[in-house]
Amino acid sequence: MNTAPDHTPTMARMSWAERLSPYAPVLLIIGLVLAGLIAIPSTSSWLTLTVSGLAMGMMIFIMASGLTLVFGLMDVINFGHGAFVSVGAFVGVSFLLMLEHMTGAPSLALNLTAMLVAIIGAMLATAAMGWAFERVIVKPVYGHHLKQILVTMGGLIVVEQLIIVLWGPEEIFITRPEALKGAITFAGAALEKYRLVAVGIGLVVFLAMRWVLRSTKIGLIVRAGVENGEMVEALGYRLRLVFVGVFLAGSALAGLGGVLWGLYQEVITAHMGNQTMILIFIVVIIGGLGSVEGCFIGALMVGLLQNYVAFLEPKVALISNIGLMVAILMWRPMGMIPVVKAK
Amino acid sequence: MLHKLLSGDMPRSTVLAGLLITILICLAFAPFIFPGVRSVDTAARICIFIVLVASYDLMLGYGGIVSFAHTMFFGLGAYGVALASTHIGRGFDAILIGSVAGALIAALLALMIGLFSLRVRAIFFAMITLAVASAVAVLVSQMSGLTGGEDGLSYKIPRALGPAFKFADGTLMGVKMNGKLLKYYLIFFSCLALFLLMLRLVHSPFGRVLLAIRENDFRAEAIGYRVVHYRVAATCISAAIAALAGSLYAIWLRYVGPDTSLSMEIMIDILLMVVIGGMGTMYGAVIGVTLFVLAQNYLQGLMNIASGAVEGIPILPDLLNADRWLLWLGVLFILSVYFFPTGIVGRLRQGK
Repeated sequence: MNTAPDHTPTMARMSWAERLSPYAPVLLIIGLVLAGLIAIPSTSSWLTLTVSGLAMGMMIFIMASGLTLVFGLMDVINFGHGAFVSVGAFVGVSFLLMLEHMTGAPSLALNLTAMLVAIIGAMLATAAMGWAFERVIVKPVYGHHLKQILVTMGGLIVVEQLIIVLWGPEEIFITRPEALKGAITFAGAALEKYRLVAVGIGLVVFLAMRWVLRSTKIGLIVRAGVENGEMVEALGYRLRLVFVGVFLAGSALAGLGGVLWGLYQEVITAHMGNQTMILIFIVVIIGGLGSVEGCFIGALMVGLLQNYVAFLEPKVALISNIGLMVAILMWRPMGMIPVVKAK
Repeated sequence: MLHKLLSGDMPRSTVLAGLLITILICLAFAPFIFPGVRSVDTAARICIFIVLVASYDLMLGYGGIVSFAHTMFFGLGAYGVALASTHIGRGFDAILIGSVAGALIAALLALMIGLFSLRVRAIFFAMITLAVASAVAVLVSQMSGLTGGEDGLSYKIPRALGPAFKFADGTLMGVKMNGKLLKYYLIFFSCLALFLLMLRLVHSPFGRVLLAIRENDFRAEAIGYRVVHYRVAATCISAAIAALAGSLYAIWLRYVGPDTSLSMEIMIDILLMVVIGGMGTMYGAVIGVTLFVLAQNYLQGLMNIASGAVEGIPILPDLLNADRWLLWLGVLFILSVYFFPTGIVGRLRQGK
């Protein structure tokens, strides 16, 4: 008696839906931009909004990328990541205030040099801080999510208070370097120069990161570590060192993001890190924890959507990000590009 | 009797028992022992925060779920009472409707957030609650037509709870027999009832399952408990109780605003109180809140003195400035997570 069904293999072409599925997140961004074009009456304001949305997205990406990598690699969730953003902004702005003769001069080269100095200073400071943070705060609580969340939150409180001790409780206003003030007109749309610079820096960071992760040995180890850490260690790599390195790089990027964000808002407060954390978390969740590409796409979506909605319906803008997050999670519960398997 | 009232969770430590009894007596007779508007106010705040922090502990200490939206639930209850009192008019019915509505909405919102995030992984919950809570806080301060925006809402509560209402002539031990006293005891007994209810809950079979999930969720699932269901249920109950605590706070203050009921600062306070008092025991909330509120009132004075003593040395006076007390509590918080994860209560019980 043979009740098993006959073996009838079928050869089917992958359907279009299946073939497009990996590219769906990218298509989503294009769709979002097109939807913006349809919904927003004038093309020039659409262009302005798209550029500012991209700029915002790039800055959020820079801040969020470190967090998502650290999570993917070591399963460490760092609620104190916002502290690096604040410290980066304060250090960077202090440098800019010191270099006032350079930022005030109407020469692009001098301005950019001053910004570069500020950014490098901020990144070095936050990298050093990231090292200390990893050592003192994160290391004792590996493998324990609950404690990680609590302890890193405590770290955030302490750092925020220390900033107030060092820089005083008042918010600091900062003007952008002279050559980056104002806007250029392109096709009838006013594009703020600073936002264009932010988009440029964001793109460079993203491409550099992609290159490091995809084409270098260290990137290979990092990606393998995200996939299966135990196996990488069994092959003889000291994943802990790699992790410390990634943590440092992530903190430094958060510092860079802090400088850019501070100049974008033109005011910095000790609580700014905490406020950006909310956007960072939304981006990291919708992108998929551990995925740099997902983080990039998520950040652009958040930036674009927020700018479009703020233009069309200012009151809804506040909850548009939450709505986006809910929608994405209904579609893909692990985020757009899930990397880390549910542990 | 006592055993039954405490659901079998005796303090199991002489020092802890002493502390708890002292706190209970002080709170029960606060208007008589510490006359004066400020100290009664502090006592009411302690009562309400004990319930709030205990409900947070239900989620964190028993369920193993970190939430940053607890002040949102607290605020929902507070705004429920405020809006009902404004629109229905002063009266106990408005308070009742507002509290019930606030608790229901809080539970519903918790259900939604829980279903979204807890089915994937528990840490999503922490991030999503942070985002949702901040969005709600911004929304409340923006929708000024309904919620009064940053200014908040002031409203009238029933006459029987106001200082103008006298239910007996004369005074008892120098305390006027007026509605304010009634109001304090309404808060006190409501909080006591809610606290005992939570104590009952965590020692019920439901509470045991939560503990099992906290210790090893994989195993709990394997034994046959639906982990997600239990976690979501714990979140909903915790949110509803937090909302009720918010309602009580709104009754006590006769005012709600984003600063008193929704701000992130309160959330951080709650976290500090839970961890310092002791996660995973209801008594931890009592000890944590009392200690924290007292510290809030007296630590600043001490720090002022210390700051004056080191005048002239760079940075040190700034570090010891009374406004920086959160810095030291943050350090204490980190240290207690490392070294005393069971908090003060756990320590006391160990070293009995």
